Amino acid sequence: MDILVCVKRVPDSAENEISVGPGGADIRREDLVYSVNEWDNYAVEEAIQIVERVGGNVTVVSVGDTEAEEIVRREMAMGANQGLLATDAAFTGSDGLGIATILEAVAQKAKYDLILTGAQADDGAAQVGGMLGALLDWPYASLVNLIKVQGDKSLRIGREIEGGSQEISDIELPCVLSIQTGINEPRYVGIRGIRKVASVEIPVLDGGALGLPPGTVGAAGARVRRVDYFVPQTGAGAEMLTGSTEEVAGKLVDLLKAKGGIK
Amino acid sequence: MDAKIFVFVTHTDGKADDSALELVTAARSLFPGCTPSALVAGSGVGPVCQEVAASFGEVWKFDQAALAYPNAELLRPLLVKVLPAGATLLLAHNTFGLDLGPGLSVKLGVTYVPDVVGVDGLEGTTLRAVRQEYAGQVSSHVHCDIAKGAVITVRPGAFKPADAGAAAGQVVDRSEDATGLAARRTFVELIQAEAGDIDITREDVLVSVGRGIGDKENIPLVEELVEAMGAALSCSRPIVDAKWLDKSRQVGTSGKTVKPRVYLALGISGSFQHVGGIKGNPFLLAINKNPKAAIFQVATIGVVADLMELLPVLTEKILKSK
Repeated sequence: MDILVCVKRVPDSAENEISVGPGGADIRREDLVYSVNEWDNYAVEEAIQIVERVGGNVTVVSVGDTEAEEIVRREMAMGANQGLLATDAAFTGSDGLGIATILEAVAQKAKYDLILTGAQADDGAAQVGGMLGALLDWPYASLVNLIKVQGDKSLRIGREIEGGSQEISDIELPCVLSIQTGINEPRYVGIRGIRKVASVEIPVLDGGALGLPPGTVGAAGARVRRVDYFVPQTGAGAEMLTGSTEEVAGKLVDLLKAKGGIK
Repeated sequence: MDAKIFVFVTHTDGKADDSALELVTAARSLFPGCTPSALVAGSGVGPVCQEVAASFGEVWKFDQAALAYPNAELLRPLLVKVLPAGATLLLAHNTFGLDLGPGLSVKLGVTYVPDVVGVDGLEGTTLRAVRQEYAGQVSSHVHCDIAKGAVITVRPGAFKPADAGAAAGQVVDRSEDATGLAARRTFVELIQAEAGDIDITREDVLVSVGRGIGDKENIPLVEELVEAMGAALSCSRPIVDAKWLDKSRQVGTSGKTVKPRVYLALGISGSFQHVGGIKGNPFLLAINKNPKAAIFQVATIGVVADLMELLPVLTEKILKSK
């Protein structure tokens, strides 16, 4: 099975305090720690495990600036066979449809049986996989937390739905699936693994190579534009307790007792 | 413009989901004074159509055995066929809406606006919407051109439900349009979540642990606190993904919906999927090392602290106070 996995380099929101920069034009990026989007990492692991079971190839692609190369390399160190980087100044400012359009062009350059994306990324939109499926006219399923290969024509898949229930379906190949976290346990990538792929060439695809004329993607082609970032004002917010560890613990005990939190 | 504003009504066990009336409010904040039309698909959905009719101008009924389970891959071609050009469709941003919406927008050739939490109005054909990013740490204003129509998913709970009964909707049976549908994805079965050793939905004091605990080896620190309080232990999604605690302990839209009196959130960022599983407006205390964590927007009491330092002291003080 030839599998394409789409990955994004994002500020790790579990490791970073995200705050709004001057004028709201962007978030403050000075001290951010970047990594591969968590959902995408599960998608790469799943692709590798499928290929380990039934054979084939895993290609990892990222649409981004040249710094996205580091995450493509990291996912190759996990075990992906090839890496691709789709980068072009004209791609900057793409909306979800723009990214899906770029990925569609990447997918058309080779023959894939299966395309995986993460279920969502830093912007929480959860849109690119579904758009890519529609652009390719392939069937699609989101929030996938189980994949079983059934011959070379179809997959049995599970979708995570509300309440932790699992919706089981059969889906024809080729198809696009967006992967939910928890589907597997992504393998650890050590320094040695990264070193092994340090000099592997990662082909770069720009708008010309992908047959995307200027204006079709990027800010010029975007129907949805982020105007600014701001800090949400929701209700009164929490009353913040401050003081030494001893003092804060003491206040918490008093509050918990008053509200019946200690039995 | 009313004739072109639609709400997709999802339903469970013969009842419309809460999102239906929230989507009416969202539609009205987009197009003030509008009366949207409803789309109801399924098998034996007559009662659902009647239930929501009072809130919509028209209710289009698609009643077919093949639609008994909501399969986005079947519904997408149906909606492409029946929606008029320039239509704006509102869906809930839930596991069904995000399965259907993105591909539908592509097939309709219209703008897709995902997970909207607020609307600042319409200026010409530019929709000004509010979204959240980075697990709710920051919000953003987005402007979208909806001249040709739009598919918009709305976050459940972000808009108040509209008062029912304002409109006198007519049910229009469009079931004939839903014959001969085919999809390359077929529903097989639904596997219900397994029950765990304790039922966190029945507990009135929950201590909930999230990614901020850092390591599986630190879970006992939380368990000691739970025991000292006489509470029950629950968690957020990353803890289950890492297999540190059982899925039955997970609070959130993809886990359990809980309604405790007291909820102590430890190292939980507060994504809307997690907070969506906490009902009944509990006394919510949050401890997190990240002062920007979204959990502080919904908590009653907040503490910015390192769990490793604070938890042992807190447990000891509770034991001493008994």
